[in-house]
Amino acid sequence: MFWQDVTTLSLTVLEALAILVPVLLCVAYATYAERRVLAAMQSRKGPNVVGAFGLMQPFADAAKMLLKETIIPAGANRALFLAGPMLTFILAMVAWAVIPVNNHWAVADINVGILYLFAISSLGVYGIIIAGWASNSKYAFLGALRSAAQMVSYEVSMGFVIVCVLLCVGSLNLNDIVLAQKTIWFCVPLFPMFVIFFISTLAETGRAPFDLPEGESEIVAGFFVEYSSMSFGLFFLGEYANMFLMSSLTTILFLGGWLSPLPFAPFTWVPGPIWFLLKVFLCIFMFFWVRATFPRYRYDQLMRLGWKVFLPISLFWLVLTASFLFAFHLLPHKLA
Amino acid sequence: MARLDRAARSLFLAELLAGMRLTLKYMLKPKVTINYPYEKGPMSPRFRGEHALRRYPNGEERCIACKLCEAICPALAITIESEPRADGSRRTTRYDIDMTKCIYCGLCEEACPVDAIVEGPNFEFSTETREELMYNKDKLLENGDRWEPLLAKRLELDAPYR
Repeated sequence: MFWQDVTTLSLTVLEALAILVPVLLCVAYATYAERRVLAAMQSRKGPNVVGAFGLMQPFADAAKMLLKETIIPAGANRALFLAGPMLTFILAMVAWAVIPVNNHWAVADINVGILYLFAISSLGVYGIIIAGWASNSKYAFLGALRSAAQMVSYEVSMGFVIVCVLLCVGSLNLNDIVLAQKTIWFCVPLFPMFVIFFISTLAETGRAPFDLPEGESEIVAGFFVEYSSMSFGLFFLGEYANMFLMSSLTTILFLGGWLSPLPFAPFTWVPGPIWFLLKVFLCIFMFFWVRATFPRYRYDQLMRLGWKVFLPISLFWLVLTASFLFAFHLLPHKLA
Repeated sequence: MARLDRAARSLFLAELLAGMRLTLKYMLKPKVTINYPYEKGPMSPRFRGEHALRRYPNGEERCIACKLCEAICPALAITIESEPRADGSRRTTRYDIDMTKCIYCGLCEEACPVDAIVEGPNFEFSTETREELMYNKDKLLENGDRWEPLLAKRLELDAPYR
């Protein structure tokens, strides 16, 4: 009995490590890739000195971050101040439990996977709010407020987009969602929803052009002004891990997860996880590309886009999808 | 019609996509920056960098303590004291340049009748302390000895335009 428990436990730990270690490695290299891509788009070279092509740069950055002093402001609420970055980081890691990298390759292949992801990504705002409040600083507080309002606004339209996909699949299990795209990826029939979802993920992860919670030019660094050393590092890792999470979600919902782009020989030889990774990297590249191209939105523009453009369009498309599926008897059997 | 056109453009993200195409195009273009400490950009022979006091080929210092440079220096960065040497020639006993005052205008080398004080091509002379930037005669002569080939070349290239 005892040994059975130990085996189950160690197996779970191993499974968790098998997903988290690659995720953290990807996150580390995403920081490098972002700097290189941004540099290239601005006709610069970017980090290329540490190691061959600067490939050791993430480790140099990590060493720097670990060796720096953790400064806790005198007016800050110590416990919450430290809890904020930890919460952000933990939530960014926990969500990976349900991501299927290949057929049934998820740590937890649960039947409400998408709801779990949605709940976790909504909780993410707490890390930011707590950090902003506990810092006891004006800029941090403003950043936290912005972030909260932004995430709430964009989650609404993201919800509708996800419901659109769910209508076509008839299941909340992420594995089923991918398998439902065997004939055609959802990014084709639901293209407008795909675009809205991608833009909403930019807002959800607080990336440019929706990086108002950070807003270096007006509120210095937003909710993490007061953070230094590894507590800053955790925010940083959390942000990038969230980017990867949202990219995986986009891949699963719209780009056919681990499925090969064309269902015949030379493409099907490549194993599923490779396809999955390639699609995620493509999404991540889009994040960088958008950041290199667009200036930051003003706050009222951000709100207008969320509530007055995305919400009506996604709602309209939801109704359209539902009526189309109903009229042509295409509703998945579980719903019909 | 114009309103419809504008609405369609914003709905289909026309301008955003044009912007993204532009950044992608620039990503594939050659870089305009260089690997600075390893590669250096081209430099004009008129570049006005770190100062140096030159010598004649026989090792005699050029400066005759006429103090024209001290007089013309708009930043009052140069301090000169002079005395006749044992052989009767005029020479400086002190030639200091405060590099923190200097504005690198190049008027000192313009004023110099014997091409003694010059500004060389070196711009990488940052120091860790302020005191190290108070150059004295020894430092300036040492600079002259170190950079002489380049300094001579520089004067030669610029001579036709003087």
